[in-house]
Amino acid sequence: MAKRIDVSGLSAYYGSHKAIDDISMTVEPRSVTAFIGPSGCGKSTFLRTLNRMHEVTPGGRVEGKVLLDEENLYGTGVDPVSVRRVVGMVFQRPNPFPTMSIYDNVAAGIRLNGGRVRKSELDGIVEKSLKGANLWNEVKDRLDKPGAGLSGGQQQRLCIARAIAVEPQVLLMDEPCSALDPISTLAIEDLIGELKERFTIVIVTHNMQQAARVSDRTAFFNLAGVGQPGKLIEIDDTERIFSNPSVQATEDYISGRFG
Amino acid sequence: MDDMDISPENPAPPLAPEPAENTGNAKGTTRIGDRIFLGLSRGSGVLLLAIMAAIAVFLTVRAASAISKDHGNFLTTFEWNANADQPVFGIAVLAFGTVVSSLIAMLIAVPVAIGIALFITHYAPRRLAAPLSYVIDLLAAVPSIVYGLWGALFLVPHLTGLYTWLDSYFGWTGVLAYHGGAARSLFTIGILLAIMILPIVTSVSREVFRQVPRMHEEAALALGATRWEVIRMSVLPFGRSGVISASMLGLGRALGETMAVATVLSPSFLISRSLLDPGGGTFAQNIASSFKESGDLGKDALIASGLVLFVLTLLVNGAARLIIARRKEYTA
Ligand SMILES: Nc1ncnc2c1ncn2[C@@H]1O[C@H](COP(=O)(O)OP(=O)(O)OP(=O)(O)O)[C@@H](O)[C@H]1O
Ligand SMILES: [Mg+2]
Repeated sequence: MAKRIDVSGLSAYYGSHKAIDDISMTVEPRSVTAFIGPSGCGKSTFLRTLNRMHEVTPGGRVEGKVLLDEENLYGTGVDPVSVRRVVGMVFQRPNPFPTMSIYDNVAAGIRLNGGRVRKSELDGIVEKSLKGANLWNEVKDRLDKPGAGLSGGQQQRLCIARAIAVEPQVLLMDEPCSALDPISTLAIEDLIGELKERFTIVIVTHNMQQAARVSDRTAFFNLAGVGQPGKLIEIDDTERIFSNPSVQATEDYISGRFG
Repeated sequence: MDDMDISPENPAPPLAPEPAENTGNAKGTTRIGDRIFLGLSRGSGVLLLAIMAAIAVFLTVRAASAISKDHGNFLTTFEWNANADQPVFGIAVLAFGTVVSSLIAMLIAVPVAIGIALFITHYAPRRLAAPLSYVIDLLAAVPSIVYGLWGALFLVPHLTGLYTWLDSYFGWTGVLAYHGGAARSLFTIGILLAIMILPIVTSVSREVFRQVPRMHEEAALALGATRWEVIRMSVLPFGRSGVISASMLGLGRALGETMAVATVLSPSFLISRSLLDPGGGTFAQNIASSFKESGDLGKDALIASGLVLFVLTLLVNGAARLIIARRKEYTA
């Protein structure tokens, strides 16, 4: 089900402020691509252009193309709602629906996408998704309890289960571990390794070791100065980025010799 | 009851900033302001309690003496004749009229208010949302006697069409049968009250919907929810307890509304089978209409009816608080 993402000449704006400038890259299916770079360089903004979430911000505007296999997400007549159904997203702060039970949280996307699904079928999907998110054993006895009652790490895995329940083609994750303890972080990193067999994964992280551990490819973003738009500096195999990057700025950033 | 926050348990913060380690021993100049403030707030708390107790005692004593002289049953009599030699008065008609007209008002106003609040916060372009909010807030500033006049002079003559229509479709139920005559019924009162409580319910709901955390809405959006689905999955569940509070504020106003009801209703001590028949009455309207020509006992009887209204309002508020508290564990 995983698809290739092909971005060309993509710029994004907040009102008149240009946040990212002319980004082009390819993300291979069934791989993990990590976005790294200093704060404010536009990683989140770029990530959110990949499922058309950028435009829900007031003033948000995008130029350029994002091809999912052959289809341009920004083509005329493309419904952003249907884009978001095939490109899932996990946010920095776990955000399960607070009034819904664990079960309903996982089922939420299906109930949107498919409308009516048989109960037995839904049970199956919920179990499979929770297992996929490595959460099943911890919650199988309390599926009807509110999702907000879980720990932060469990909530984040619940959000992952919710995102993968609808079988998206691509899974976007914006610093999914930054609010979590090291053990939950490891659990999610392991999970990412499993999920990439089925999905194309893009993850934003500030944690260099994490990028090195989980990703196949790494993209480094930077900005020329305050008020300047962020740019893609380079994207390459993770090993290469961390051992022998082709741009000096990348090496400076990774080795910590950077503002 | 929120005034109680100025109580001895919640003294105001020190008037002047003070290093924390000094608070134990310092008896210097900064503490004087502190103590004056403590005295003031404690004093006003006690004063408030004393005034409330005095009012309660006064009302209860007068009400009890009136009820003891009642020759009918205070709860079930369909009559209000406190000036007769054998005074007979009961609140059955008033309780019915108050509750029914307020319920009609709620049934109309709450869905409309939620709709308007959602439109303002989630659908309307900003150019439209701001003026619309302003107009709604303005409606709240119209005095109730003006609503009463408008109701009597405009609404009553224009509602006969709606009444005929209701009668032709739902007349068979009896509850909505129309037998001709001016539309000065509990149903009209309900509509008028709905318009009057619409602004408060709308503006409180609007603020609640505006406070829905962005991340809850984005959770739904990222799953591929349409705008309406975002509202259903994130906005309404988050806003539920706020909307309940808003409705209770509106209900409180509807239960106690006096002038508008007194101007529009043609009161009588009857409970009609049809809500569209003229007649009936409410607690507040009855007090306003009969206060002037009441003798001493009559006034005490009205006070007793007012106490019942007060208890009714308290019960409504308590129920709302219970509902909200019950939901809190889920939304926290
Ligand atoms: N809602 C917004 N409105 C206006 N400008 C914004 C908004 N969100 C982000 N920006 C601007 O866009 C630029 C890129 O922000 P973005 O959040 O994409 O950075 P980031 O790389 O994700 O940073 P971080 O690592 O801190 O999360 C920044 O200059 C930021 O000020
Ligand atoms: Mg970010």
